[in-house]
Amino acid sequence: MLDNLTNSLDFHAKALVLRAERQRVIASNIANADTPGYAARDFNFADALRSATGSASSGAPLRLATSADTIGSGRSDARHIPLDGSGGGDLSDSGGAVGYAVQTQPSADGNSVDLDRERAAFADNAVRYEATLRFINGQSKTLMSAIQGQ
Amino acid sequence: MSMFSILGIAGSAVSAQSQRLNVVASNLANVDAVAGTDGQSYKARQVVFQTVPYGNAADAGVRVDSISENQSPGRKVHEPASPAADAEGYVTHSNVNPVEEMVNMISASRSYQNNIEIMNTAKSLMLKTLQLGQ
Repeated sequence: MLDNLTNSLDFHAKALVLRAERQRVIASNIANADTPGYAARDFNFADALRSATGSASSGAPLRLATSADTIGSGRSDARHIPLDGSGGGDLSDSGGAVGYAVQTQPSADGNSVDLDRERAAFADNAVRYEATLRFINGQSKTLMSAIQGQ
Repeated sequence: MSMFSILGIAGSAVSAQSQRLNVVASNLANVDAVAGTDGQSYKARQVVFQTVPYGNAADAGVRVDSISENQSPGRKVHEPASPAADAEGYVTHSNVNPVEEMVNMISASRSYQNNIEIMNTAKSLMLKTLQLGQ
């Protein structure tokens, strides 16, 4: 019974952890925007969430993106280099693989950070993180009012 | 909470960029320095950034690996009246290019601002996470 109540809370909690992880990866990219030879990294949030919650996420309220499926695992963009599993480090608790971004505007020092893309991704991820927080807050409020019956 | 390392990552970038600003400042301060009796004038310096792993595999901070000196010869100006002039009347100035340094300064300050903004965003997200369920 309680399992049913907390299932979707658990889903959002996992999404929150993944959002925090993606935020960290993007922060690393922006920190290394001037480092020669640094390759920007990112991961496909939909894939990572799917593997974190199990393929058939029970009653997942989110409609996961399907267009990303055709791109392949560990990538959020068709220009990302596909991973064979040996190269990039796996995310510790998400199961999603971190891929490398390909240069959009090649630079002489081999740095592949596109600062505009990263800033946009950072802002986007921050908003989605906050949205997940609100989902959790709303659901816990709903649960509390159901429990208290007031 | 895993978001705490964002502050460390952005903090490493902020300190690296501020070191870059410091180097630019010393270059600009020495733009008109002339060579002493040994003929060695001030050489423009530049920081070399390097990625450092930060905890997880995907997390990468940055640090200043080394400071390299520009070895190109300094500007020679014909000033026979100067006490620093050599036998032919030339004074060797530093090899700092002020335009290059100003561009470097703008780039460093923009990167500094970017990382401060990252820290602010991470901080406000963490504060909101602390208020979860209230």
